[in-house]
Amino acid sequence: VTDGQDRVFGDRTPGVEEHESTATYLSYTAGLVLAIVATIASFVVSQTSLLWPPGIPVGLIVLAFAQIGVHLVFFLHLGSGSDSTNNILALAFGILIVFLVITGSVWIIANLNSNMMPM
Amino acid sequence: MTIATIDRAQTAVPTELARGRGGGGPATKRTVVAYGFWIFILSDMVMFSALFAAFAVLRGNTAGGPTGAELFDLRSVFIETMCLLVSSYTCGLGALSAERRQPARFLMFGVATFVLGAAFLFIEVTEFARMIGMGAGPSRSAFLSAFFTLVGMHGVHVTGGLIALIYFSAQVIAIGLQTAVLRRLLCWSLFWHALDIVWVGVFTLVYLMGDWQ
Repeated sequence: VTDGQDRVFGDRTPGVEEHESTATYLSYTAGLVLAIVATIASFVVSQTSLLWPPGIPVGLIVLAFAQIGVHLVFFLHLGSGSDSTNNILALAFGILIVFLVITGSVWIIANLNSNMMPM
Repeated sequence: MTIATIDRAQTAVPTELARGRGGGGPATKRTVVAYGFWIFILSDMVMFSALFAAFAVLRGNTAGGPTGAELFDLRSVFIETMCLLVSSYTCGLGALSAERRQPARFLMFGVATFVLGAAFLFIEVTEFARMIGMGAGPSRSAFLSAFFTLVGMHGVHVTGGLIALIYFSAQVIAIGLQTAVLRRLLCWSLFWHALDIVWVGVFTLVYLMGDWQ
């Protein structure tokens, strides 16, 4: 793969599909179709009793993660190859921090709420 | 197998031996710039995670005011979601056209992306105005403060993205698809895809899980 200066490089550029040509339009379209399916499924699940009602939040979270995965793979072209190791490692660290901030806050405040004196 | 000694250290490992670990010499400017932008996007996600956490914690504190289930119009949220999703798709196709040095195609997809993004923003602002008109502004309850902060911050990012799109499209028209312009467009498309990922979190947590708890 060259970069204008005819130089070979080994690190995958974030957001770039490197195995070229007609397959890429296809991959964006496949991503769009999968994302639309996941979005419609989320709205349907939340508005109907298709899922067992207490399980709806879990179903929605699963669908959201599935859709985020579709976006990362088909739109941002994050692969599992060794050339995207750096991009994946940075992403993994970001996900760790996001997870800690959200679950930590929810957990701590839920605990505080349940220990509040009734008003 | 190669052994590097002190007086015969290898300056560059062949690409096949160490893809992604320095093989083939230092990465190109394009890769370095996009990687730096990728780090920025991830730190932006960390900022959004704090707003998501605040919303998740405060969503029940309506102070006797309206709840999400009473306020939100899921039909327009669905239209907003579709606008942003399709704009992410046209943005990807635009970036692809730019890679292939097809400025006319890029501008066509750029216009489509802009129109869809602007439609998203228009629906969002209309919804905000409707809620504030009903007396459900950000000062009504902690739930609404968190709602307007989170969704509004996403809207601010979309606005910034649209302004940047105009700016970079003007550059494409003025100086063409030069290497530097291509780098900016690549970073811009990363940003736009990332905003769509944040929106998946917003519509799931804020709008669809509104009835829960």
